[in-house]
Amino acid sequence: MYEIIVIGTSAGGIDCLKELLPRINKPLEIPIIVIQHLQATGVSYLPSILSDCSGIKCFEAEDKMDIVDGYIYTPAPNYHLMMEKDWTLSLNVDDRVSYARPSIDVTFESVADTVKNKTIGILLTGANHDGASGLKVIQDVGGYTIIQKPQTAYAKEMPEAALSMMTPDKVLDIEGIAVCINDLLDNKMGGEQ
Amino acid sequence: MSKHEIKLDLEDIEISLLLEGIYQRYGYDFRNYSRAHMKRRIMHRMGKEDFESVSLLQYKVLHDPEYFKSLLPEFSINVTEMFRDPEFFNFLRQEVMPYLASFPRLKIWHAGCSSGEEVYSMAILLKEVGLYDRTTIYATDFNDQILKKAGEGIYPIEAIKDYTRNYIVAGGTEAFSDYYVAKYDSVIMDKSLKENISFLNHNLVTDRVFAEVDLVMCRNVLIYFDRSLQDNVLKLFSESLGSGGVLCLGTKETIDYSSVRKDFLNLDEHLRVYKKKPKHR
Repeated sequence: MYEIIVIGTSAGGIDCLKELLPRINKPLEIPIIVIQHLQATGVSYLPSILSDCSGIKCFEAEDKMDIVDGYIYTPAPNYHLMMEKDWTLSLNVDDRVSYARPSIDVTFESVADTVKNKTIGILLTGANHDGASGLKVIQDVGGYTIIQKPQTAYAKEMPEAALSMMTPDKVLDIEGIAVCINDLLDNKMGGEQ
Repeated sequence: MSKHEIKLDLEDIEISLLLEGIYQRYGYDFRNYSRAHMKRRIMHRMGKEDFESVSLLQYKVLHDPEYFKSLLPEFSINVTEMFRDPEFFNFLRQEVMPYLASFPRLKIWHAGCSSGEEVYSMAILLKEVGLYDRTTIYATDFNDQILKKAGEGIYPIEAIKDYTRNYIVAGGTEAFSDYYVAKYDSVIMDKSLKENISFLNHNLVTDRVFAEVDLVMCRNVLIYFDRSLQDNVLKLFSESLGSGGVLCLGTKETIDYSSVRKDFLNLDEHLRVYKKKPKHR
């Protein structure tokens, strides 16, 4: 039933993603967008890090790129990343949101607007408040929401900020999140929903 | 084409109607801008002013031209910086400028120049490679307010630290501080940089070719358009460029989806610098 996974994270996020993504069952049948806050300048090594650890091919977003099942997409440094209704990616250089570009909120909101209740939104470790209101929007449109258990996070602020705004479907550690994702995707394949 | 069903909300329908109304009433055409982007900007404005629906905003926009004028800047692209992507400017300096030096006179078009930061970056680069005096720069935008700002060349001083770092990485050969004068919390760009720049109103969506040029700079503007509008604008650029002319896009933009792809060679695939092939006669 679910059509896309969006994951937002900041400080401590890369180690977390390296634990989480390899645990996701393959073949992956839907796309994943990972918004990890990045340095504004230079080349991002995130796509190769994520490809290498997960065995799932990861692309850095380019403008108007198609979002294709079975791949991971990461933002380009210093651009916000949005999803269009035709399942292409749009970049923009609008002002920073919560001091961040890419901003997790911007991406979460546009994915929620397009994919609605078939979205799985996940917020992990981070040392700021970005992503909290975006995850709330995913919940408001009926998507499935998961927040990393703050005690298990490298930086608690981001999960705590989200928890202060909403009660997600699940609050879990990384291993639990992986199990939960696999269950959700299994249901989809079993056609139960 | 996507296998996914396109789910339009009532809001999406209202936004289509608003943009159609703006086009028919005022001639500004945002119908083929990135819809995700337009929706975000419109919702942002509505949140600030407590409109209950896009339809109510639309009523105000269509009946009150002054209000529309105040909304217009919200729709334009107004974030840019000097020497953004320094490796791109370094490539211009090392590879493109020696090539352009063989042209007797140079015309450069900054399309969608916004508040002018890249125009001044280009002017500085041209000065340093000795080409400024034979160059004419057309800097265009559809937004008069922001065009005026570009002409003034006044920027907040807190941005200068980043710009200076960019300038150095971009291969700048002088002291960046030579190019501006600081006053209170602003800097004003040196007058000599402006001598060969014309700031002009031009709308990429609705206006046509206005000059044949040797280089088009249009970086991080196309990302605000959908694919079909991108294609139209790229055709406009292709028509504006003479044989051997250079096209510079933002580093995450591409001509690969466009019908003009075949008219261009890559000068640098990653930096998105292209060269127009000779015309067939």
